[in-house]
Amino acid sequence: MDEAPRRKGNARSRIGDPLFKWLTWSFTMLVLLILGGVVFTLVEGSIPVFKTMGLDFLITAKWNPVTDQYGVIVPLVGTLVTALIAMLVGVPTSFAIAFFLTELCPYFIRQPISIAIELLAAVPSIIYGIWGLFIVAPYFQSHIEPVLIAVLGPIPVLGALFQGPAIGIGMLLAGLILGLMILPFITAVTRDVFSSVPAVLRESAYGLGCTRWEVVRRIVLPYCRTGVVGAVMLGLGRALGETMAVTFVIGNAHRLSTSLMAPGTTISATLANEFTEAVGDVYTSALIGLGLVLFVLTFFVLALGKRLLLRAGH
Amino acid sequence: MFKLRKLLATAAILAVTASGLATAQAADISGAGATFPYPLYGKWAAEYKNETGVGMNYQSIGSGGGIKQIKANTVDFGASDKPLSGTELEQAGLLQFPVVMGGIVPIFNIDGVKPGEVVLSGDVLAQIYLGKIKNWNDPAIAALNKGVKLPDLALIPIYRSDGSGTSFNFTYFLNESNKDWAEVGVNTSVEWPVGLGGKGNEGVAALVGQTKGAIGYVEYAYALQNALPYSRMLNKDGKVVEPSLESFQAAAANADWKGTPGYGVILANQPGAASWPMTAATFILVHKAPAKPEGTASTLKFFDWAYSKGDKMAEDLHYVPLPDATVSLVESSWKQVVDKDGKPVF
Repeated sequence: MDEAPRRKGNARSRIGDPLFKWLTWSFTMLVLLILGGVVFTLVEGSIPVFKTMGLDFLITAKWNPVTDQYGVIVPLVGTLVTALIAMLVGVPTSFAIAFFLTELCPYFIRQPISIAIELLAAVPSIIYGIWGLFIVAPYFQSHIEPVLIAVLGPIPVLGALFQGPAIGIGMLLAGLILGLMILPFITAVTRDVFSSVPAVLRESAYGLGCTRWEVVRRIVLPYCRTGVVGAVMLGLGRALGETMAVTFVIGNAHRLSTSLMAPGTTISATLANEFTEAVGDVYTSALIGLGLVLFVLTFFVLALGKRLLLRAGH
Repeated sequence: MFKLRKLLATAAILAVTASGLATAQAADISGAGATFPYPLYGKWAAEYKNETGVGMNYQSIGSGGGIKQIKANTVDFGASDKPLSGTELEQAGLLQFPVVMGGIVPIFNIDGVKPGEVVLSGDVLAQIYLGKIKNWNDPAIAALNKGVKLPDLALIPIYRSDGSGTSFNFTYFLNESNKDWAEVGVNTSVEWPVGLGGKGNEGVAALVGQTKGAIGYVEYAYALQNALPYSRMLNKDGKVVEPSLESFQAAAANADWKGTPGYGVILANQPGAASWPMTAATFILVHKAPAKPEGTASTLKFFDWAYSKGDKMAEDLHYVPLPDATVSLVESSWKQVVDKDGKPVF
């Protein structure tokens, strides 16, 4: 009576365990295989452009389908600048929201606000793009940019970033929209890690007479460093790769400009715009080469993030 | 990175689905390419299916994609807004013929100026897109628009950010009209010296619509359906013309179809007092010695039907049917398409 079920259980685990192990292992390998395939395709696809342009591909600002001369600089700079603006806007805001939700917010509205922020993350990026183009851009052109040009424009050095006619569309607007798009991601993760801080630590700090700012600065942030860096990296990864929303509001111009209000382009926006109609081996290859550059860039960003995480762990 | 991966995955899924469809419905015609004629091909396909039971699947993936697909033999026909040259056709063993035409019109955004009130010329347009004319009150624009009060307003040129047959025809026309345009060149996408890029006709229209002082170019059908303020143009003969089916047809009538390999006539800047200077045709590509002759034969039957019965549908959608003389010229060229025994398939 006693033995039968046990034997049955043993038999199940004799087959079940290896099967489960094999299943998980093969799924993991599948991911690696796909990643390897992507790397291979990108490298193989970008060989023609490196053959024609050489290393110039990595250092020129040209992008001319007529003469078949391509360089990554303009889209690369655009990608980095818009991502930087997005981080400058998104990170502090997200931290503030997360802190408010975990420390200051009355209990009964905490959940509705959290859900509202998570809903923002579920909005498809094309909606952000259309909203940015039709609603934000005209307002930006008529109300915000003229003020920025008048107030910040005359300042030496810094003023160079705020020059030129107010068009609405441009790198600044793209960066701001991106900042809004990454906000829910960073907020959701930081809120979770902030609430993982043991109450006893916080209470003790308040007990010692710390202000709220001191609690954030000296207790919460140091305690959650790892998780916070992870959240920021998640946001940065998304900002670097975002395509549709940026394509709508950046102006899609292959030109370098010191002004943030000038139109520009990013790697993913260039791919979205030009891949379908790219004719000729070098042109297609240049676009795949852009993909490779973005891949390498994202890889380094993630690697750097992991390094920071490890260091923070020690 | 994620986007690219997604793109690759989607492409793989599409490829699998496409090959599945091809085997499942052998009788259906498959085509891919230009987005410009897509609404018309879709309408024709629906009507053709009603009459004959033969379906036509057309994927509007862009002219570049259409050329690649027909060269790779994955579809029965490719469609392109940019005609291939005689040597290119020869190398790939392709036959090319035009189907319908359309026009490209400049659109603008100035308060208090009505559609059709502004007149522009190719030379002025080229200077605007080169960044040499920067303001609407420029004397060169004023000279074309006596009696119209144009404001002191910065010109913001808008172009197509995606590669497009419309851009190809537009830059071709600018190049014909102003010798300085040579430094930019003629292509489906170019390195624009000034301005902003919008994706697709709708992207250009949206940017023009909300940017004061903007000027852009879109397909006529699109401008008409969305009631955009278009301009009139000065043509090669020095006459001011309105964009209309008649002025597009006039440009086609004056073109030298016979003497151009693959009928790859670019209809921009054609002579004739009534010709609209920015007219463009859209083309079909089929293999001259197809691997699947049945597919090519049904393709040619489909377009034969479209030439004879599709004119009304084309005009309803503001496309311009080809002149009858051109159609008979095209159909006589179909004899070059042969099966494995060397017999014409049509």
